[in-house]
Amino acid sequence: MRTLIAPLRQPMVIALLLLSVFGVGMIYSAGVLEVPSSVTEGLWIRQAVFLGVSVVGLLIVSRIPLRWFEWVAVPAYVLGVAVLGVTLVAGTGTGTAEGISSFLSIGGFRFQPAEAAKISTALALAALLANREGPPLYLRDLLMPAALVGLPLVLVLLQPDLGTALAFVGIFFAVIFWAGTPWPLILFAASPGLGLILAFSLRVWAAYIVLLAGCLYLYRFRLYLVESLAVILANIAAGAVAQPLWNSLAAYQRNRLLVFLDPELDPRNAGWQLIQSKVAVGSGGLFGKGFTAGTQKRLAFLPEQHTDFIFSVVGEELGFVGTSVVLALFGYLFFRMITMAEVAKSSFAGLFIFGILGVWLTHVFINAGMTIGVVPVTGIPLPFISYGGSFLLMSWMAAAVVLALANDDS
Amino acid sequence: MRPRNPRRARLLAVRARIVVIGLLGVLIAVLFRAQVLRSSDWLLQSQSNRLRTLTIPAPRGVIRDRAGRVFADNVPGYSVSIIPDRPDSMISTLRRMRDHLQLEDGRFEEISAQARLGPPRPLLVTVDAPFDAVAALQERRSIFPRLLIETRPKRRYPAGRIGAHVVGYVGEINEAEVETREAEGAEPGWIVGRSGVEAQYESTLQGKSGIRYVEVDAEGRIVGSFAGVRSVDDQPGTDLDLNLDLELMEWIDRIFPEGMHGSVVVLEVETGGVLALYSAPAFDPNVFAGVVERSVWDRLVGDPESPLYHRAVMGRYPPGSPWKLATAAIALDLGVVTPSERMPVSCRGSYVFGNRAYGCWKPEGHGSLDLAGAIQHSCNVYFYQVGVRIGLVRMLEVGNRMGFGDRCGIDLPQESGGGFPEGPEFWERRFGYRAQEGETLNLAIGQGPNDQTPLKMAQFILAIARDGSAPAPSLLRTDPGRANEASWRLDIPQEHLEQVREGMRRVTRQGGTAYRSSLEHFDLLGKTGTAQSGGGRPPHAWFTAIAGPYGEDPEIVAVALVEFGESGSGVAAPLVAKTVDFYLRGRHGIPRDTIQTLGEYERAGRSTAWANRPVR
Repeated sequence: MRTLIAPLRQPMVIALLLLSVFGVGMIYSAGVLEVPSSVTEGLWIRQAVFLGVSVVGLLIVSRIPLRWFEWVAVPAYVLGVAVLGVTLVAGTGTGTAEGISSFLSIGGFRFQPAEAAKISTALALAALLANREGPPLYLRDLLMPAALVGLPLVLVLLQPDLGTALAFVGIFFAVIFWAGTPWPLILFAASPGLGLILAFSLRVWAAYIVLLAGCLYLYRFRLYLVESLAVILANIAAGAVAQPLWNSLAAYQRNRLLVFLDPELDPRNAGWQLIQSKVAVGSGGLFGKGFTAGTQKRLAFLPEQHTDFIFSVVGEELGFVGTSVVLALFGYLFFRMITMAEVAKSSFAGLFIFGILGVWLTHVFINAGMTIGVVPVTGIPLPFISYGGSFLLMSWMAAAVVLALANDDS
Repeated sequence: MRPRNPRRARLLAVRARIVVIGLLGVLIAVLFRAQVLRSSDWLLQSQSNRLRTLTIPAPRGVIRDRAGRVFADNVPGYSVSIIPDRPDSMISTLRRMRDHLQLEDGRFEEISAQARLGPPRPLLVTVDAPFDAVAALQERRSIFPRLLIETRPKRRYPAGRIGAHVVGYVGEINEAEVETREAEGAEPGWIVGRSGVEAQYESTLQGKSGIRYVEVDAEGRIVGSFAGVRSVDDQPGTDLDLNLDLELMEWIDRIFPEGMHGSVVVLEVETGGVLALYSAPAFDPNVFAGVVERSVWDRLVGDPESPLYHRAVMGRYPPGSPWKLATAAIALDLGVVTPSERMPVSCRGSYVFGNRAYGCWKPEGHGSLDLAGAIQHSCNVYFYQVGVRIGLVRMLEVGNRMGFGDRCGIDLPQESGGGFPEGPEFWERRFGYRAQEGETLNLAIGQGPNDQTPLKMAQFILAIARDGSAPAPSLLRTDPGRANEASWRLDIPQEHLEQVREGMRRVTRQGGTAYRSSLEHFDLLGKTGTAQSGGGRPPHAWFTAIAGPYGEDPEIVAVALVEFGESGSGVAAPLVAKTVDFYLRGRHGIPRDTIQTLGEYERAGRSTAWANRPVR
């Protein structure tokens, strides 16, 4: 028995338990409304049940030997991509995201294949880079990893689910970072993304291309000419597709990006969430309005208060103290994971841990950031705290694999 | 598998920690700014988010008669509003509730237009929803999420049409009025006086709306009262006590000739207070208490009998014979006649002036008369000669001084002034010829270009009943001080005035034109009139009277006008006599009876011995 529950004494698991139990509490509070809604009432019980299942799952999965994961990495990846493909065809939406197809239902159980695909992609990427001799030093060394992550990413983007897609971006950069890729190379790899954003002002974009070319020139002895040209071309291409890409976005997505720049642009619709969330968080003050007492939440001004905007409820009801403690817990979790990767015996373990770290860091930064207007509103939940059974379970499973790999001494 | 490089791992781990700290640090910094540095701004916004002010309409003041009987009070009514939302969804809600509330097209368009402006406060759909409709809407609350149903006082007129003209009615305030009365706190949905006393004393009756702060959720649903701010109680409007006697007006309504139009005015001699101001036909002011349906309004306005028209203060009629009292008053004021004096030409049925003979109504003539006799017999020839003595210029001058070209100044928003020539130039302007001295003769007997309202005539009779001074008739029972502020005064010795009254007294004595309207218990001093109406229609019937207990000071003045009533003595005089008797019996504690006048006593076979009272 003792050895059975041994993982629960691990600092990382304690942090996860604290976050998850706190999450159940916040989901309970999110259901306390002036005009009770059948949607949010009693959800905390479901979440608590899923937490129990998750803990049991962790106890089992964390005992699986590392080697098994190495074996299963590629088949799991292939399976994950295949299921994502199926999801595109047979998937359904849920709640306010009714229009997108990100869920699969099997025997009444609905889950997001993308959550599992994050783990399998991180496994495959870790396996790929762990077998390299030395860190990637050239852009072409990043081609395979990029393609590996790019495939599920594009499938998720087609759902379309921008938030989850960003998590795959997080996996990619976190893993290549831990693989030892020089930082200029990482920046060059990321540059087309920057070029895409800056393309909305032609002047800024032109200046950026010139700056990029200068950087590439300074770095010319470390890159093949072809690669430099490829970076430039990729940035120009990004700039060129920016407008068509913008046009291809759904109206709600465009509005979300626009109101990020100016919420008052459309205060009753797209800007609503952002404004009300900022009001909720800001009005919480230092100590908050008290557990379950948030008026913005109680009076239903806060949208999606139990899922994407649960952090706003934390901010409103528990104040700056509450939000700081939550972020500090995440900070502790991430530090633990970094240490675990550092001391891990195998590079596969370290790379995988960073993959999951990338996912969670992306989620935390985007989710918390959007509630206070640091990043655009993107439908992405806060790990361990937002309501969502399959998401909670998959997060715990990811943690279980992290534990399994980190604890393997062989 | 490639072995790890511990040194490299250490370096990367440090960098990774820096990235984590950097990202989380940005979040913490932004949170610190929002939650600690600028929290008060956001707190304010979260409060204004959930705070809505609701106006609590104050009940209007109650309007009562002199005995406390109610002309106008309030009952709970229901108003239906829509809490602000996007214009299109407000309009679709409106469309859905349209059938329940039976909104007319015009009203629907009006409210839709308001909705499109994005009103800052609840959009008022109706101030007077029927209870059934309110119940139906409540049941379907789920499809009307932003519905706001409030009780608000609704005007009720228990006296119905009896007080329709004088008390008036109310209506919903319009947009222009909301702007002009902004300082008073006016807002859409306010009920304001539209006519009569309701309009005259609007600011007194209105009261002050209270404010209730409520907490609303994001859907705009009210979830409770707002704890942070205290509500402001409404202040009901001030009640009004009127001089009117509702019972008397009901009695007049009972005895007014069936199907005829006209009015009855009763004033109190001592105070000038208006005891009755009756106009027929009338309407039910209760139809205006809520939202007036267009069709009802059109019917009232288009009615050929003009029920909305307040004949007592707006209707102008040729004064006819009662005007002879005015001629007498003007002559006495000027001192051109003494009451005992007989006119040089005695009445032989006509009087020749210039190259024209002016007829008396009695072809065989009245013979030689003094003032009282001339009044009793309404002798034209006597008054022609008085007119000649006065002269046109002076008659117009004194007539105007007595306010026959003006309004009485009654406390009502609308009153017609008398139509009386302001000077001899009137004829030139109006008819295109220089005024002849002969105009005086016509004016002297109440003909010619002279139109007076029943109220104006009553005010004049009031001066005769008093000491020659006439205060403005007043509806509101204020301090008696107002009664002494005479709007004009005749310069006539009291004994001369008494002679005029004596003439009027004889009108209801044997041989007088209104003998059959004399009363057992009260001294009725009158003057009949049968004024040509023109257009080949029957003449208007007048009776102007002063009344009180025998041998005592007069107590009330009463004037009746029955349009096309044909006979002053046959129609108007009994009406006034019965009105006066009803009121004075009540005042003096004498049991009331429906058999009142001499004529009625005779028909009922009662003793009429009292009728042969000596004339002074």
